[in-house]
Amino acid sequence: MSSQLALENVAVAYGSFTAVSGVSLTLESGEIGCLLGPSGCGKTTLLRAIAGFESISAGRISLRGDTISQPGAMLPPERRRVGMVFQDFALFPHLSVARNIAFGLAAMPAAERQQRVAQMLELVSLETYANAYPHELSGGQQQRVALARALAPAPEVLLLDEPFSSLDSELREQLAGEVRELLKRNGVTAILVTHDQHEAFAMADRIALLRQGRVAQLDTPYNLYHNPGSEFVAEFIGQGSILTVSVNEAGELNDGLGMLDMGHRHWQAGETLRLLVRPDDIEYDEHSQLSLVVRGRSFRGAHYLYDLVLPDGQHVPCLAPSHIDVPPGGQLPVRFNLQHVVVFEPDTTPAESATA
Amino acid sequence: MEIATRTQALPLSRRSRANLGWRVPMLLTAGVIAVPVLVIVGSLFQGFSPVWEHLLATVLQDYVVNSLLLMLGVGVGTLALGLTSAWLTAMCDFPGRRFFNWALLLPMAIPAYIIAYTYTGILDYAGPVQSALRAQFGWGYGDYYFPAIRSLGGAICMLSLVLYPYVFLLARVAFREQSTAVLEASRSLGKGPWQTLFQVALPMARPAVVAGVSLALMETLADYGTVAYFGVNAFTTGIFRTWYGLGELQTAAQLAAFLLLFVFTLFLLEHYSRRRLRFHHNSARQQPGRIVLEGWRGGLACAIAGFILLAGFLLPALQLGQWALERWGDTDLSAFSRLVGSSFGLAAMAAAACLLIALLLGYGKRLHPGPVENQAARVSAMGYAVPGTVIAVGVLIPFAWLDNRIDGLMREHFDISTGLLLSGTLTALVFAYVVRFLSVSLQTVESGLARIRPSIDESARSLGLRPLAVLRRIHLPMLRGSLATALLLVFVDVLKELPTTLILRPFNFNTLAVRAHELASDERLADAALPALAIVLIGLLPVILMNRTAGAHEPQQN
Repeated sequence: MSSQLALENVAVAYGSFTAVSGVSLTLESGEIGCLLGPSGCGKTTLLRAIAGFESISAGRISLRGDTISQPGAMLPPERRRVGMVFQDFALFPHLSVARNIAFGLAAMPAAERQQRVAQMLELVSLETYANAYPHELSGGQQQRVALARALAPAPEVLLLDEPFSSLDSELREQLAGEVRELLKRNGVTAILVTHDQHEAFAMADRIALLRQGRVAQLDTPYNLYHNPGSEFVAEFIGQGSILTVSVNEAGELNDGLGMLDMGHRHWQAGETLRLLVRPDDIEYDEHSQLSLVVRGRSFRGAHYLYDLVLPDGQHVPCLAPSHIDVPPGGQLPVRFNLQHVVVFEPDTTPAESATA
Repeated sequence: MEIATRTQALPLSRRSRANLGWRVPMLLTAGVIAVPVLVIVGSLFQGFSPVWEHLLATVLQDYVVNSLLLMLGVGVGTLALGLTSAWLTAMCDFPGRRFFNWALLLPMAIPAYIIAYTYTGILDYAGPVQSALRAQFGWGYGDYYFPAIRSLGGAICMLSLVLYPYVFLLARVAFREQSTAVLEASRSLGKGPWQTLFQVALPMARPAVVAGVSLALMETLADYGTVAYFGVNAFTTGIFRTWYGLGELQTAAQLAAFLLLFVFTLFLLEHYSRRRLRFHHNSARQQPGRIVLEGWRGGLACAIAGFILLAGFLLPALQLGQWALERWGDTDLSAFSRLVGSSFGLAAMAAAACLLIALLLGYGKRLHPGPVENQAARVSAMGYAVPGTVIAVGVLIPFAWLDNRIDGLMREHFDISTGLLLSGTLTALVFAYVVRFLSVSLQTVESGLARIRPSIDESARSLGLRPLAVLRRIHLPMLRGSLATALLLVFVDVLKELPTTLILRPFNFNTLAVRAHELASDERLADAALPALAIVLIGLLPVILMNRTAGAHEPQQN
């Protein structure tokens, strides 16, 4: 039994520029994957390579065990059974909604095709719009048509290229959740490309975080946030600061305040490590002996995100309820509550993490 | 689902081969289309016949001087008319502005040779103007001075009157796209409205204006009908005379090569200006407010625009209409409809051929963008700058050579004389039109294709369509408007084209343009009016089309 989609050591090059290299990942049937990363990291290139719009310069892409791309040869997009939802939806403006959805069903007998279109319209709740034209629909409706059109031929894998980026920001997360639910209910294998981690978290079972054309980490959303493998991942996902800390003679972490007293067998006395501190790792505590100077803050509605200064000058973030109102320059009493200590060797190779 | 074996025999397509399937026909097309120009340029490296001595001693200087004077005069004329009309309609508001905004394009519908003989009819000794003057003042022949219309100056006026819309069109857009902020900055720095016009607005519009004038001058160099009718010795008439009068095809080609040199300078100028247009383009969020001209100023603006329209379109069109009505009773309608039929058939053939080739080049470029494909398309589109006379000579030479070779071979092996198979046939004529007008359809097809986002192609591919099926089921339906425009524009251009048709038409084959020219040359001006009027009416179609597409932007311009 082979995976639904497998990328083995895939590289994509334009001339001498290598956009993607050494990417390996697999997707099991019904799984939703995500390619996440900053702009220019190669995520869209990789998606287009899977769709058959880019040729690969090394490695292999296979779908249910059949090779669809290898260096110098590729199955043309129309023969891949790969569905794609485009960033701009790319609906055919001269065709009605129903004919857009029927577009990929040419091989089907007419009656069956009609039935399939009706089924798809129902799936995306656009039954009443069958004869409407794309320009008559709202952005969200167009997106659902694009989804229905891509799903209609029952592709082996569905590719979504920043599918929510052209929609209003309020709509995005809600739609991402709805689309995930729809794909899961229908057992669709899918890959999403996005630069928005919230979309990625809302949609994906597993996320490949890309950096400069390579996979920085391939993991579940939970692990990406809580067990980042490198400083890059830690900084890209969620908020937080990375502090330089040292290990004292007792093998404990010491950031100059002596608050972190967990030891670990791998830590060498005198060693310098990098510690990830998330905003929720530092809590407001009015009884705390420890107060830190507020350098700045930003209002988040229910919370203030405070930027605090440690005695040694390093900064840490702190998420405090917004009724705790300390202006910059004031003192905020806090308590460290690290459920989860994540440290890195200074050269950013991941060190072991420990749970308190 | 098909299960392929995993090891080999994968149904994968080699990318390179898919590429070649388009590249080879594209390169072949570009190569064939480049032949006439290459033949002309190549003629310079052949021997110069003794006729050259004769030409040098007698007419060559005339050709050069007259062509230069013609260019200078038409340059000044189109600048004056084009800038005035563009400035008034784009930057000012006066009674009738909206009407003039589209009406000032109407002179484009009249080919220069038609306006030339219409004005000759109006202004020469026996025409209504001089007759009225004589009747009014009791003058006789030789009692008064009246400027001769059939002169270099006359040709300059005629060409300026119908070619200024090139400047008008480009300058109008340039003016409308200037941002208010820049003009206001000039005002706030202490410049008055006129100073702002001459120091800021006009210099910013300069690349567009230069591009417009270059296009008008290319048409001037290409003109044969006007200068021939007015008896002005220019390059185009020289080429005709050398070929028909002296029978020297080689020398005609060499003359054409010198004409190409002039054209090439203009071509470079136009390209350079268009490149600079990018830097001068400051996408205006807010378009400049108009200077409202009221009272006598408004009246003057209206009068100026009205005069240009009257001289460039209304007067000649009315005169043609009057002549046509006058002769309606004597007109052989069945002969006329045969004439219309053959003209339209020929134009339709050329338009269809141009469209097919434009689709091949435009779509090939879209499927496999690359330097080779781009160059192929660019080379194929060069013909718009090359005068019809030059192309005609450049087509004649290789076709005649081919005919002779075929004839020779057939005689040698089968003892059959095939005579002229290609030259003097519609094939040669349509080929010449394709060379000359392909750029028109290519530009239209390319800009239409550019409006279709690449993701549309890709979504059709991922839904199971092969590239040609994408063209058929997605692009062609979406491009319907552009394709119709491409057909129409070439159709009209072919209908108006005179010198190419004159040189290459099959024996006894007539078109509206040729007939109008022949009748006018025989001083049968009134008889020439009907075919001329037909050309003008058809010529109105692209003007209307242009106004409709421009009108789409007008609401925002307000």
